Amino acid sequence: MNIRFSGFGGQGIVLSGYIFGVAAVFDGKQALQTQSYGSESRGGGCRSDVIISEDEIFELAPPRLDVLVALSQAAYDAYLPALREDGTLILEDDLVDTGNGSGHRTFRIKATDIAHKKFGRKIMANMVMLGFICAIVEAVSREGLERAILDNVPKGTEEMNQQAFEEGYRIGKGEPG
Amino acid sequence: MMTQRQSRLSGFDNRTLFLLGDEAAAYGALYAGCDFFAGYPITPASEIAEVMSRELPRVDGYYVQMEDEIASLSAVIGAVWAGAKAMTATSGPGFSLMQENIGYAIMTETPCVIIDVQRSGPSTGQATKPAQGDVLQARWGTHGDHEIIALAPSSVQECFELTVESFNLAEKYRIPVILLMDGEIGHLRESITFPAYEDVAREERRLAEPEVESFGGEDVPPMSHFGEGRFIHVTGSTHKASGMRDVSTQAVHEDLVTRLCRKIVDACAEISSVEEDFVDGAKIGVLAYGATARPARGAVLEARRAGCAVDFLRLITIWPFPEEAVKRLADRVDTILVPEMNLGQIAREVERFTAAPVLPLSKIGGVPHTIDEILDAIRANGSGSGSTVGQRP
Repeated sequence: MNIRFSGFGGQGIVLSGYIFGVAAVFDGKQALQTQSYGSESRGGGCRSDVIISEDEIFELAPPRLDVLVALSQAAYDAYLPALREDGTLILEDDLVDTGNGSGHRTFRIKATDIAHKKFGRKIMANMVMLGFICAIVEAVSREGLERAILDNVPKGTEEMNQQAFEEGYRIGKGEPG
Repeated sequence: MMTQRQSRLSGFDNRTLFLLGDEAAAYGALYAGCDFFAGYPITPASEIAEVMSRELPRVDGYYVQMEDEIASLSAVIGAVWAGAKAMTATSGPGFSLMQENIGYAIMTETPCVIIDVQRSGPSTGQATKPAQGDVLQARWGTHGDHEIIALAPSSVQECFELTVESFNLAEKYRIPVILLMDGEIGHLRESITFPAYEDVAREERRLAEPEVESFGGEDVPPMSHFGEGRFIHVTGSTHKASGMRDVSTQAVHEDLVTRLCRKIVDACAEISSVEEDFVDGAKIGVLAYGATARPARGAVLEARRAGCAVDFLRLITIWPFPEEAVKRLADRVDTILVPEMNLGQIAREVERFTAAPVLPLSKIGGVPHTIDEILDAIRANGSGSGSTVGQRP
């Protein structure tokens, strides 16, 4: 399973990939997470790839993606060609315009808007997104992801991160709020 | 009673964590006994400094952020002569600045560790992208005749283990050891299982008895520390066994420099570490190291599953060059494929040990090889016909 998180520096892309990788390890799988970003601290293109497998991982840069998570138009445009035909596309609805659509199984969420309106902090968008992804993609367990989040967010913010995750998960499952 | 270091590090005993290669290397240094780090942060090596700055004060050690990389290695060398086990970490631009002091450490026989997390150069190049372009710089970057030890890890676990090994080799041979990481391995995360602190083998420094000289007498002479009761003279200029300068006697220079080279050349078999995986009937062999060895190994296994016999050789020690292992491979196959993230630096070295075609499979620009790229090259050349895949420019 190859999954790519992509967007701008500052959107929590690398942290999302890291948390996914930790969750896979908690689930007893092999995981390899890489990151690629520009020299800018914010605003440059950023991506993080996670490879999850039952066996030893030899590939460093997945040539074909099973899941593409795009949080910016530039990321969508750049990485769509790498997504397998039967792959899953997960988009930040307010930041990505797919035109006539790509033909992929596609899910959209206004993660940044939800984070801002519901939690008063746009920075929670990646947790909303992780919950959303967790509901859609069977790559890692919900338990593993929640444990990975609680282990890796700043002390004192656990509850808000957990709530943001749950909100994204609920929307992903299509459950009423 | 447990030392501060034992009690802090034993908290990691046998735990499995999801770490960066950089972080694993820093912990390897701490397990090896490193108690002094001087450095200047640089992508993609900064996380090593980050861990050391956090952990060294907790284990009775010192972290110094220096004004540049020249000063960083100077401080490391000084700390070693004051009794520390010391390390610095950098990337290409900083590694270039360290070259003069690497020569000084070789000439003064100062055991220390320099981690170079290679990024795409020359110059500032692609600052955040990985490469393997400093392989020959590690060998020949400093001037004058010399030998060096350099190791290249291919996994996060190995970043830890080879950092420990680097410290041990540095002490054993009184030489700077270069851990040639690359930005890919330094910046990828995977599982690493920590050993028990007590189970890690640590080579202790051999100190000279009174009246025993610290710069001669045996190939690897014992050291003397500053401030421990005797006068010693440490100089990068040509010196006698006592350490005193003599820059005009031909035999003194010849004796010194040939000994400095001999102590490594004669121990090549002992220092060399490779992963050899040969199969019957192979006509082609793949030789790789560092990050590139990962997709290379994946491609070899896939080729074998498809019925193509392929030999695999991974260099763990880069310098001294593991020539016996390379000769063994060269004797078996008709073609050696060398994927690397540079324009053929190790391929050139391999050519010295075989008359068979050596095919560089170079890739630069900050993107690692994929399994398919290497597999295609194996398929195109696996018959032993010697056709080429990646001519050196």
